[in-house]
Amino acid sequence: MSEKNLKYDLLIIGGGPGGYVAAIRASQLGLNVGLVEKENLGGVCLNWGCIPTKALLRSSEVKNLLDNSKSYGFSIPDYQVNFEDIIKRSRTVAKSLSSGVEHLMKKNKINVHKGLAKIIESSRDQKVVKVIDKEKNELKITSKFLIIATGATSKNLPFVSSDGKNILDYRTAMTPKELPKSLIIVGSGAIGSEFASFYNDLGCKVTIIEVQNKILPNEDHEISEFVLKSFKNRGVDIHINSELQSVNTKVSSVECEIKNGNKKLKLNADKLLLSVGIKPNVEDLGLEALNIEMEKGFIKTNELMKTSENGIYAIGDVTNGPWLAHKASHEGILCVDAIKGLKTHKIKKENIPGCTYSRPQIASIGLTEKKALELNHEIKVGRFPFIGNGKAIALGEPEGFIKTIFDKKTGEFLGAHLVGPEVTELIQGFAIAKKLETTEEDLMETIFPHPTLSEAMHESVLDAYDRVIHF
Amino acid sequence: MSNEILMPALSPTMEEGTLAKWLISEGDTISSGDLIAEIETDKATMEVESIFDGTIGKLFFNEGSEGIKVNTPIGIILDPGEKYDEKVHGPNIKFGSNENNDKELIKQDDGDKPFDQVEKKEQVSEQRSNTSDSDSAVNSNEKNRIFVSPLAKRIAREKSIDLNLIKGSGPHGRIVKKDVENHNLNSLPKEFKNSISDVSNFELVKNSSMRQTIAKRLVESKTNAPHFYLSIDCNIDDLLSFRKKVNDEFPEEGKISVNDIIVKVAGLTLNKVPECNVSWTNESTKFFKSSDISVAVAIDGGLITPIVRNVEEKGIHKISSEIKELVEKAKNGTLSPNEYNGGTFSISNLGMYGIKNFTAIINPPQSAILAVGSGQKLPIVKDDKVVICNVMNLTLSCDHRAIDGAVGAKFLQVFKKIIENPMLMSL
Repeated sequence: MSEKNLKYDLLIIGGGPGGYVAAIRASQLGLNVGLVEKENLGGVCLNWGCIPTKALLRSSEVKNLLDNSKSYGFSIPDYQVNFEDIIKRSRTVAKSLSSGVEHLMKKNKINVHKGLAKIIESSRDQKVVKVIDKEKNELKITSKFLIIATGATSKNLPFVSSDGKNILDYRTAMTPKELPKSLIIVGSGAIGSEFASFYNDLGCKVTIIEVQNKILPNEDHEISEFVLKSFKNRGVDIHINSELQSVNTKVSSVECEIKNGNKKLKLNADKLLLSVGIKPNVEDLGLEALNIEMEKGFIKTNELMKTSENGIYAIGDVTNGPWLAHKASHEGILCVDAIKGLKTHKIKKENIPGCTYSRPQIASIGLTEKKALELNHEIKVGRFPFIGNGKAIALGEPEGFIKTIFDKKTGEFLGAHLVGPEVTELIQGFAIAKKLETTEEDLMETIFPHPTLSEAMHESVLDAYDRVIHF
Repeated sequence: MSNEILMPALSPTMEEGTLAKWLISEGDTISSGDLIAEIETDKATMEVESIFDGTIGKLFFNEGSEGIKVNTPIGIILDPGEKYDEKVHGPNIKFGSNENNDKELIKQDDGDKPFDQVEKKEQVSEQRSNTSDSDSAVNSNEKNRIFVSPLAKRIAREKSIDLNLIKGSGPHGRIVKKDVENHNLNSLPKEFKNSISDVSNFELVKNSSMRQTIAKRLVESKTNAPHFYLSIDCNIDDLLSFRKKVNDEFPEEGKISVNDIIVKVAGLTLNKVPECNVSWTNESTKFFKSSDISVAVAIDGGLITPIVRNVEEKGIHKISSEIKELVEKAKNGTLSPNEYNGGTFSISNLGMYGIKNFTAIINPPQSAILAVGSGQKLPIVKDDKVVICNVMNLTLSCDHRAIDGAVGAKFLQVFKKIIENPMLMSL
């Protein structure tokens, strides 16, 4: 056991997209900054989330293209799916990005300490953090400021926990040895829907169980309905308004019972994936001894990400949602700017876009139609289907639509909800529009290039004001 | 290099002035600080100094010229040796040439009248885009470009908030939605702020441009026009039965109201007492040839006075339907300026609120306004007997500069005579 003492201006706990981005920003601002990471730089996002799943979904997308190759003028009579290689590719992609972050840390002269951190002292002027690595070496770090960016892990249900064998979580669901023949997915948020799409495309029989009255519960109802239909057409079984009652794990399969109103139903599958939400990683951080206010298990912060304890900030999944990597990164930057004393901007939740990379893709920003009405907006709604868009037809992907919502009185751009080809790339245009507070007028006067999928964004806005051209 | 002598602004509110006297002549050599002219405003006469050296090239206005707008060139100072050339130094030459070009360009477009001016069916958003850049109420100080988000600009325009008063909190001081929505105390002038000790017990609402106009005109009226008030009671029993009869006999024409009849009677009365159908200016008094009656209509956030023109020539049904249409337009905010500018006499009726009588403020540049109270059943002595009659009180406010007491009294006398004997309306 060796003990060293280190001093920083700012110590960041957690090297995910919140923490490592905050560290780079701090280094840019000339702060003496250290980072503690328990496992791999890049966090869940790079290693076990956003990136590796995108690699998986790319494979299933390619398979889908191969299956439809005839319509593009190819006849590919026979091909092999090498599931192991698909998983391997996903891991390689994750690794290459994680080592990219390591390089970024070196380049920005950020000390990375591998191990688990615990805050052992917090006074007005300094915080002391103890880091214990795998070899049980202890390191004491003193810092003026702390940022907690420890992220979150998937939530279990009271009566069933993931075991990595037949009960999967997001992490084990992206590294199975072989393709399960059937899969029950509990929860139909972004994670559940992406895995449903991936496994379905690869030929696995997928069943979705959703407790709410629609899949993708956070999306606009029209998007949920559209995706529900699309999934069902592809052979995905979907049970909405259904609660998981019990799970019975057998040697190589899972049996579960669900309840829909008074109806009870038994389901069987090789595996079951729990994607029912996340819980923040706040345990063993030493928070209990501090004056840190919590809110529903998450760390409560002000708009500049400051916790109720002086000098301690929290960002990303460990704080309030939406739990998205880009939100965490953004919070990292703004909170370091605030620590440095720079003028910074607060995040508006309605300006954070959200993307789901299933087939069809889903992207949204701002208020849903229902939410806008709840907030007493008088609204104008536009819709444009990709069937009216030349590029989508040329791509052979004319399914989906773009819905836009405006405040009738002020023309405020309240929200956009997209489903269809490459909408996860399109949404950024709306994100800029929202950030710049454009009104319908500016969007209508913007020239969109032809032929692109983005024209559907323009047409949707035009439709909200009864000026749609191509439909 | 020549330098123009401009009509100076001698006070912050001065808009125009009179060139009382030139203190120099063309060809004089002057130095900076020399007195060059006496300028008269509505408040005072002041001497103006030159801020340039040189020779007086030309004086553009004769002594006694009135109403010269501030910043209009009134003369030109030339450098030694320079000669006055109308084409180079003449007033407005500097901008005139460009303006002419612009006009030419616009002229070429004259053939294409915007479609929406021909057929008023344009969409709201199109209307907006046409007006968005020319809306001076909000911001169009082109020299000081204001950085503002489109949404903030739209909200400011709708709330009639001057963007010049707002400090932006966005990147590089850009004004964003939040700034406009929070625009209250923060952006008020310091003096105002300091005079308020407790800021929590009220909400500051920025005055709309309509409220500001109303305030300006009413202050102007009460300040300039010496008001006097005459009041009279009218028995409206016959009027009410006349109205009932008309409405019973001609239901297809639409129901007429007491107010419609009052407008008609006012028009007839003005015809018989034209001395009340006037407008005062310092030099002369206008006697109007028609009775164009402004009817006060309460609308959201203020009031407006659309006009029924040539009342004396119109039947009551026609007047009634016109008023209905004007009130509708007023409430929708779709009145065109010629529908509310230029009446000759006003009527304000608060009878429907149960107001017995009140005095109204004259609507300048008119000289009289009739305030109409509610019809109320009252015991009246008639032929030495107490009987119950419907009585309505009328109060006429007159501008004493144009209308004397006896003239105003005559108006009310004639008005009363007609309204108590509705058949006289047919004369």
